[in-house]
Amino acid sequence: MVEERADVAAQPDESGLIGRLRAGDEATFEALIDRYHNSLLRMARSYTRDAAVAEEMAQDTWIALLESLGRFEGRASLKTWLFRIFMNVARARARKESRTVPFSELTPAEENAKPGEGSTVEWHRFTPSWLPRFGGHWISTPGRWQDLPEEQALSSETRAIIASAIATLPDVQRAVITLRDVEGFEAEEVCNLLGVSSTNQRVLLHRARAKVRRALEPHVPGVTS
Amino acid sequence: VSSTLTCRKLVELVTEYLEEALSPGDRERFEAHLMKCEGCSAYLDQMRKTILMAGRLHQSDIEPAAREKLLAAFRDWRARPA
Repeated sequence: MVEERADVAAQPDESGLIGRLRAGDEATFEALIDRYHNSLLRMARSYTRDAAVAEEMAQDTWIALLESLGRFEGRASLKTWLFRIFMNVARARARKESRTVPFSELTPAEENAKPGEGSTVEWHRFTPSWLPRFGGHWISTPGRWQDLPEEQALSSETRAIIASAIATLPDVQRAVITLRDVEGFEAEEVCNLLGVSSTNQRVLLHRARAKVRRALEPHVPGVTS
Repeated sequence: VSSTLTCRKLVELVTEYLEEALSPGDRERFEAHLMKCEGCSAYLDQMRKTILMAGRLHQSDIEPAAREKLLAAFRDWRARPA
């Protein structure tokens, strides 16, 4: 059971947080790992299929964060700092293993994709495009989803559906949606972290969101009117 | 985007719309379509809620073994002379 936790990332002034961390306050560190560890793991899974290696990469990131605290000047947010460190951990591992970091490597399909093309929604949900005037319309229209209760934690079922939808995404899509939607980074920060163009970032995000929506669709209660 | 924006085409443009990456003309056509199409307007709303829900995903628990390992690493770091 996950209780509502104060979002450690939401503090506008992080200097208090950094101070407590530097002073060795374990509860502060624990709040941070509760908040970010799973996202680091999701990112690491874009690098490796091996759960143990992913866990090691996330652990290495935390240790590197602690060791670099002395150099942290607060110009970037702690969150940005943390994910930059993660990218360094991934790059260092890639160098050691003589491979490239996969985050900015797009599959041929993604490489050639243009915004606005693809199958965001299954084609059979629309009338055939050749139908004069009525082509490309919804056959059965999407339902209205119930509003989300303000600030309420997701049910464990919903969380599992989203987590597994993200887990099965292609690597770069998973990295993009984790940073953008789960962690709330701006598009520009994601482009910088991953080294992708803004157009590619958008295409990847679009595909990733579309798949998560599709996974949620059968489960989210609709509005009964 | 052609002057006739179908539902099938609109769903492909949702992220560009939300990211404010559509040209003014495309944006106008997009919004005009939404005004008269309950299906697409519900779809956009589903997409917004999907994003909101993904943003609440981080409220989840860490594996107990991983937590213990991290806390042990933290205590090691703390015990080291500065």
